[in-house]
Amino acid sequence: MVGEFISRGFRGRGRDDPALAARTPPGQYLTKDFPVLSAGPTPHTPLSEWDFAITGTVDPPLRWTWEEFRSLPSETFTVDIHCVTKWSKLDTVWEGVSVDTLLQGVETEGMFVTAFSDGGYTTNMPLADITGGKAWVAVSYDGEPLAPEHGGPARLLVPHLYFWKSAKWVRGLEIMTRDRAGFWEQLGYHDYGDPWREQRYQGD
Amino acid sequence: MAGTTVSGRLVWLLASVSARRVETPRSITLHLKADAWPGHLPGQHVDVRLTAPDGYRAQRSYSIASAPSRGQLELTVEDLDDGEVSPYLAKELQPGDQLELRGPIGGYFTWTEADGGPLLLVAGGSGIVPLMSMLRYRHDIGSMMPTTLLYSSRAWDEIIYRDELEQFGGDKGLRVIHTLTRSQPDGWDGYTRRIDAAMLGAVAGNPAPTSLAYICGPTPLVESVANGLVLLNYAASQIKTERFGPTGG
Repeated sequence: MVGEFISRGFRGRGRDDPALAARTPPGQYLTKDFPVLSAGPTPHTPLSEWDFAITGTVDPPLRWTWEEFRSLPSETFTVDIHCVTKWSKLDTVWEGVSVDTLLQGVETEGMFVTAFSDGGYTTNMPLADITGGKAWVAVSYDGEPLAPEHGGPARLLVPHLYFWKSAKWVRGLEIMTRDRAGFWEQLGYHDYGDPWREQRYQGD
Repeated sequence: MAGTTVSGRLVWLLASVSARRVETPRSITLHLKADAWPGHLPGQHVDVRLTAPDGYRAQRSYSIASAPSRGQLELTVEDLDDGEVSPYLAKELQPGDQLELRGPIGGYFTWTEADGGPLLLVAGGSGIVPLMSMLRYRHDIGSMMPTTLLYSSRAWDEIIYRDELEQFGGDKGLRVIHTLTRSQPDGWDGYTRRIDAAMLGAVAGNPAPTSLAYICGPTPLVESVANGLVLLNYAASQIKTERFGPTGG
C-alpha cells in the first residue's frame, strides 16, 4: 500500500538538473534562500563576553576569548547544507576554524561530543564526525560576519549531518566517553542524523 | 497515544481527505482520516509526502490545526506562490483523495494545561495554525488559563479562523487582539501596524514568573517579537518560537 502510492494529479515542479539532484538527499528540496529556524529567541552575547571552550574528558581543557579565537588559522570552505525541515542549499561559502585545529594536541578517551550554545541549546554526535576535516566553527557566511539569526557570532558547521547538528551560537564542545542526547535528539529527532539515509526522527 | 515526544518509528500513513474548508482567499483546511493516527499534542506538526507518477517525491511539514481533544486531524495550508506542495494541497486535493503523512513531530513548540501559563500567543499570517490547536484544546477542556492571542494579518479577510476566534472571545480568560497591517475594514479601531515593542508592551506587559510565550510566523516577525519580549523581561526559556519562510512551501 504505502510506498506504491501515487498522489493523484501531482506532478511536482520541474525536475532539478541531474547533477544537482545527485547532491540532494532524499526528501529534500533545493532552495536559494537561507531559512531561519530556532526554538527560542536569538541570543546577543557581546564579543567581550564570548569565549569558546573545549571541556569534558580532555587534557587540558581549552578556552579562547573572541580575540584569541579569531587569531587561530581559519579556512574558507564551500559545502552543501541540509535542514531536517526539508530544504537543502548547495555551495554555501563559509569561513571558520577547523575543529581539527581546535583539538590539536588534545588528549581524550572520549568518543562523543556535545556542542553547547548560548540559550542552552545542545546537540550530540560522535567525535569522529567532527574531526578529519569534516567540521568547523564558522564565523562568516558568504563573505560577511555571521548574522545573529544564522548563529552569529559563531556556529558549528557539520555539513554531512542534518543542519540542527550545526549548532548556532556555539560556545564550546564537551567531549564525552558516553553519548548523551542533545536538545532535539531528546525530542524525537534522530541521534545521528545522516541526510543521505534520511535519519530525521528516532527509528529512521 | 499522544506521546510527549516522538517515540518509536514514525511510519508513513495513508490519510484520506474527508472534507475541505476554505478559510481565506489563500488558505484552506483539509480534514484527514488516518486509521493508525497516534494522536498529537497541540502545536505539533506532520510531514506530508507527495509522489508523482514518475516516482518523484516532495515532502514538507505542516502544523496541525485541530485540537487532540477533537479526534480529528486537520491541516490548514496557505497557498504559497512559489510553493510546490502547498499549491497542490490547497487547490488540487479534494475530498476522497489520499495523501501520505507521518507524525506527530516536534515536542518543544507544544502546550497542554500542565505546562502552565499565563499564555501569550503571537501569530503572523498562517503562523496561527499551531497556536489555534492550542486555543481549540484550551476551549475544549474548559481551561481558564489566562491567555492572550496577538494575531497579525494583512487584511480582515485574511484572518484565518476569524469566526471561530470570535466565538472563543467569550471564553473566560481569553483575549484576542488583531492587527491588520495592509488594509482595514471601515470603522476598524484596532491596530494597523506590524507588531512592535510598543504594541507588545501594551498587549503583553511584563511576564509573570510562569508566563509562556509562543511565537509563530515569518522570520522577521518572530525575530522582532522574540527580541521585544526579551526587552519586556521574558526569559529566553519562556519564549518558544516556530518560524517559516517563503520557501516553506
